[in-house]
Amino acid sequence: MPEATASDSTSDGVQIDLFSGNRMANLTSMEKIRLILDGVRDGNIVILEEGLSPDEESKLIEVTMAEISPDEFNGIEIETYPRSQTADQSFLDRLMGRQSTQKLTVIGPANQIQTLHKDENLISALVSRK
Amino acid sequence: MGLLTDLRDSISRVVDRLFSESEPKRIGIYGPPNAGKTTLANRIARDWTGDAIGPESHIPHETRRARRKENVEIERNGKKVTIDIVDTPGVTTKVDYKEFLEHDMEKDDAVRRSREATEGVAEAMHWLREDVDGVVYVLDSTKDPISQVNTMLIGIIESQDLPVLIFANKIDLEDSNVERIANAYPQHETVELSALEGENMDEVYAKIAEYFG
Repeated sequence: MPEATASDSTSDGVQIDLFSGNRMANLTSMEKIRLILDGVRDGNIVILEEGLSPDEESKLIEVTMAEISPDEFNGIEIETYPRSQTADQSFLDRLMGRQSTQKLTVIGPANQIQTLHKDENLISALVSRK
Repeated sequence: MGLLTDLRDSISRVVDRLFSESEPKRIGIYGPPNAGKTTLANRIARDWTGDAIGPESHIPHETRRARRKENVEIERNGKKVTIDIVDTPGVTTKVDYKEFLEHDMEKDDAVRRSREATEGVAEAMHWLREDVDGVVYVLDSTKDPISQVNTMLIGIIESQDLPVLIFANKIDLEDSNVERIANAYPQHETVELSALEGENMDEVYAKIAEYFG
């Protein structure tokens, strides 16, 4: 599984944390959100192999808003491929609110990551140093 | 247990909807900042009640609190629906007070506006999870619709099984491209309009009565 962490906080580089689906699977929603925001607030780029559920994305936006602070933290830039059509799901999945979340997701500090291009198959982003 | 709880919640939601037919439906107007949500909310409210909901502005985050207009009766083609319009702050994942300085605002005012904006976005998300029965998703048809906020929000709305109509606003502008929106979200019906100029409002009201009635 692609699980790797490049950590060298003393360099001028940008740290990228790539979290496998297995690593995230046992965390609660708030633990996932905390993991993401703690990393992003340290200036890291966080990549999730399997993304978040819609409910977790909703809570991530809420918690991010609560943490925005002038001249300190402007929020996050988050990119996933466009979600596939719900028509892909079975009726039972839709009835139960289950939705596939297996979408590679890239999250970074809003002032350090800029999306250059995005379509159904490609996310191109420019990452700058702190 | 989780499976049974999920099933019970799902059935409860369906039953709630079935037995609340006579109650006004709370329809949330959602979308990114500056898509024209308040202009649309005001247009609907003025057309059917004579009153506006809130001030409109080209400065992002003019709406920083969800505002509700109750008991708006809309009737078209023999179908009638009573809705509470909930005009919500534009949803985003970032707010930088420096953006407001570009609109001739003093720093203190810009910081206060950004703080209110963040609270407003959080409030909008809370309404979406807890308190709306349907969604009108407003997009600026001159802009690329496949932004992350749009993709995420539409995913969140779909996961809640809420009925949703996509409104491609600002068709009075030269760069408007409604087809781009329809292609981006083919699973939902797209209705074109200009809330500012009042273009195609007959179809807008017909669709609201049909979808939410």
